[in-house]
Amino acid sequence: MIVAERKPIDQIAEVIAPYQKVLVLGCGTCVTVCLSGGEKEAQELASALRLKTKKDKQEIQVEAFTIERQCEYEYVEQVKDRLDQYEVIVSMACGVGVQTITEKYPSLMVMPGLNTKFMGYPLEQGVWSERCLGCGDCVLHLTRGICPITRCAKSILNGPCGGSAEGKCELSPELDCAWHLIHERLSQMGRLADMNVIQPPKDWSTSHHGGPRTIVREDVRLDSGE
Amino acid sequence: MIAGSNLEKVINSGNFVVTGELGPPKGADITTLKHHAEEMRHYVDAYNITDNQTAIVRTSSIACGATLVQMGLEPIIQITVRDRNRICIQGDVLGAQALGIKNILCLSGDHQKFGNEPGSKGVYDIDSMQLIKGLKDMRDEGTFIGGDELEDSVSYYLGAVENPFADPFEYRVDRLEKKINSGVSFIQTQCIFDLERFKKWMELVRERGLHKKAAIMGGVTPIKSLGAARYMKNNVSGITIPDSVIDRIKGAEKKKEEGLKIAVETIQELQEIEGVAGAHVMAIAWEEKVPEIVERSGLYPRPSV
Repeated sequence: MIVAERKPIDQIAEVIAPYQKVLVLGCGTCVTVCLSGGEKEAQELASALRLKTKKDKQEIQVEAFTIERQCEYEYVEQVKDRLDQYEVIVSMACGVGVQTITEKYPSLMVMPGLNTKFMGYPLEQGVWSERCLGCGDCVLHLTRGICPITRCAKSILNGPCGGSAEGKCELSPELDCAWHLIHERLSQMGRLADMNVIQPPKDWSTSHHGGPRTIVREDVRLDSGE
Repeated sequence: MIAGSNLEKVINSGNFVVTGELGPPKGADITTLKHHAEEMRHYVDAYNITDNQTAIVRTSSIACGATLVQMGLEPIIQITVRDRNRICIQGDVLGAQALGIKNILCLSGDHQKFGNEPGSKGVYDIDSMQLIKGLKDMRDEGTFIGGDELEDSVSYYLGAVENPFADPFEYRVDRLEKKINSGVSFIQTQCIFDLERFKKWMELVRERGLHKKAAIMGGVTPIKSLGAARYMKNNVSGITIPDSVIDRIKGAEKKKEEGLKIAVETIQELQEIEGVAGAHVMAIAWEEKVPEIVERSGLYPRPSV
């Protein structure tokens, strides 16, 4: 899932300060699951903003509601009339949600309420960890399910580097060395010889380095023109 | 002979090699660096020039290397993959070659988090292994990483680092072999304070005959003070210092002399280990002691080849 974190309240308050009618718009998908931008968090942020603006003696009306998904036009379209009633919308979706609404309705002012962090999963309640960078050319078959692009701070394909100590990364004793994990996994699977293959430089053009990406699937397009 | 550098010639002569290290300053005045280089003249066979070491912005290794060439000294320029993509690295290597630089050391580089620009974007377009292979192919195949051809030939002597003190220990020899297979002719190790572990690693190196495929040079750093030892132990990525070494410095009356003594003893021991081709002396902020260390280790005068 996409994992996000709420922006500091002071930053959000500063952004909405010039407006009188504010909507905090929650999103019912990834950010609901990672407890950062769902119904509950949207209501909480709205209350917190109301308290803060009242304390600061500002006349601001803050309301909140949530839609199923902010990253698809059909869900946004359903609430267009409601969105029109506010001067500014603080989106509690990931960055995709903010941009989907902006592109669909350029007249609306949509600001981000969250910092979108990464694609990952919860290791336990309250702990999320990054697992995919979306490089566009998956190498998990080479490393048997552990991503060196994401989990190695240097995205090394021929690791581990000299900074790996006792299974941890040079960056922090809390961070596992991805290549230590890969070494262990390959060892368990009897495939240690794989470590000796010199992996060639990665073609980063499939990632963001090739420019913003678009996928076109003619087989599923509605207007593919028979 | 690959590049005909002094380093390569001394290695090929079978003499125990000695290299020094110079760290460029955080400013453009390189008078001190030149002074240290002059102090070590005749005591080392070549000088490593670090590349924004520990991710701290410094005068470029190639610029300092070119200055050494003008002084009639021999640089080994370090190239990390942290700050430059493959376009820039290959271009810089051509530039280094044009300036008369004949030795290149390939490294990953300490993560940018450790330096004075922790908010910078790490490049890591290629890794150190791919860097070695890429530079070897430029030299031996006449092709860039992307496959395009060089307009004329290049020749340099390629080295890499290895850290026998990093983990997993059993993989460290595999990794050395991988670097040799990628194309390096010499290896400098991380600073050795745990000689027993180093000897164990060398045993594995000899078992595979890797010491015959590349010259293995042991890294040695003289400890200047108890504080410096503790700092390295706790803060420098990839360095291990056993408590016995810390205790020895702690217990010594003359701490600086003890630090020098440990370095000299280490170099003397290295000369006894089969398969060790030389010592790489990294006297960080203590460059003026290199001649004394080399002399006391019985390695002066240096061979002229």
